Amino acid sequence: MTAMDKARDGYTVTLGRAADPGSEFAARVKVEVEGLSFWYGGKQALFDVTMPIAERRVTALIGPSGCGKSTFLRCFNRMHDLYPGNRYAGRIVLHPDGIDIVSPKTDPMIPRLRIGMVFQKPNPFPKSIYENVAAGLRIRGIRDRALLDEQVEKSLRRAALWDEVKDRLDASAYDLSGGQQQRLCIARALAPEPEILLLDEPTSALDPIATAHIEELIDELRAEYTIVIVTHNMQQAARISQFTGFFHLGRLVEFGPTQQLFTRPRETMTQDYITGRFG
Amino acid sequence: MPESGEGLPIRKHTVRSFDEELEHLTRQIVHMGALVERQVAEAIRALVERDGDTAARVVQQDDEVDELEEAIDQEAIRILATRQPMAIDLRMVAMALKISNDLERTSDYAVNIARRVQRLIEQPPLKPLVTIPRMAELVQLMIKDVLDAYVRRDAERALDVWRRDEEVDQYYNSLFRELLTYILEDPRRTSMCIDLLFIAKNLERIGDHATNIAEKIRYIVHGDLINRMSRDVKK
Repeated sequence: MTAMDKARDGYTVTLGRAADPGSEFAARVKVEVEGLSFWYGGKQALFDVTMPIAERRVTALIGPSGCGKSTFLRCFNRMHDLYPGNRYAGRIVLHPDGIDIVSPKTDPMIPRLRIGMVFQKPNPFPKSIYENVAAGLRIRGIRDRALLDEQVEKSLRRAALWDEVKDRLDASAYDLSGGQQQRLCIARALAPEPEILLLDEPTSALDPIATAHIEELIDELRAEYTIVIVTHNMQQAARISQFTGFFHLGRLVEFGPTQQLFTRPRETMTQDYITGRFG
Repeated sequence: MPESGEGLPIRKHTVRSFDEELEHLTRQIVHMGALVERQVAEAIRALVERDGDTAARVVQQDDEVDELEEAIDQEAIRILATRQPMAIDLRMVAMALKISNDLERTSDYAVNIARRVQRLIEQPPLKPLVTIPRMAELVQLMIKDVLDAYVRRDAERALDVWRRDEEVDQYYNSLFRELLTYILEDPRRTSMCIDLLFIAKNLERIGDHATNIAEKIRYIVHGDLINRMSRDVKK
């Protein structure tokens, strides 16, 4: 397989080989990152990153610690705005409307409402299971109890947690196991029906069974959501993603269909990293 | 788009024992290859020199080759399970499984030749053998060179072996016609000629397996199609 062909039709950018329009590598582009650089105060952490994020596909970001993959992910919901002195350059264009997420003119609440995020360690609120999932909806001003009930159940079902918690929705979220807490965080992120789900090492604190549950979940969620996942586990990236980007020292070294990147990387640095020969 | 993934330089793994495992796997393939190469050479020597002891030895060596194949396959599977190799490592381990199979088949053909030799030497010779030893020489060199290409991960050398298969096929075709003429001239020699014909066929098949291994070497190096050399080359 060669590098991907890109065909542009309005906002629709098709990734993958033109010859295989039905393959999982043929996808519309949900987000186009163009020449993105980022500075933590005076220190530059991302250098001119350009890559597409495919719609309803899983894009994995891999690379050694400190390579910028989490920094990159956090640009998507303007999380870096929480600290003064941080600066973006370049564009992150969110389709279909084409808004630039990192433009100073864009209200950071817009991407935050449209993009959900889950972190490495489960971080439920010190509230009931129900209120954790309902939190994002309440912020959006939804008060109708029936609507909340419906959305909470739907989100918990999507996160494959409903059957385990339906009889104890009022129990504290802290009563759940680590794997359950992480699925609760995913349910919380899904409740406001975001367009994109960002996962920052969502399984690194979980045991293999809980990890398998989350991986299965990610595969199911792909039918409805665009997913970007940062992971240190390369086998995981190879298993669950369709596209992979390899970062090193703040630069995107290689981007391509996952299958190609793991069997036949184009760059020596990618090969050295994924085969365990790094540095 | 150029195939820029090919021939990426290989560095040492952070985990040294992984390097040792891969090196050991390579050594085992080479060891098996050397054994098979010798089997083919001795089977042909037994034919030319009408030497039953050598033929018997070739037959006996089959067990050793089978054991090596088993050991290589077990080790490759263990590496897959414990290291989850990626990229060049994955291609190398996966191809070790296939190459060991090609070598095992080659050994079977050498044994088949040796068995026919054991039968042939019970009868007076047909005529001095010329074409079969020459064909055998070509095939042996293919095995030797393909093993060399494997050790060096040299896709060009593998391609060179792959190209030579056509010459082997030509030898086989001309031998087929020649032996057919003998049979027609004197039907009493039919059984002997059929044995010789099968020996030639076995050599031709050995050439095919050397070609298969050449294709696998190309895949290890370049990572594209596994069972076919470039179509451009075929023309």
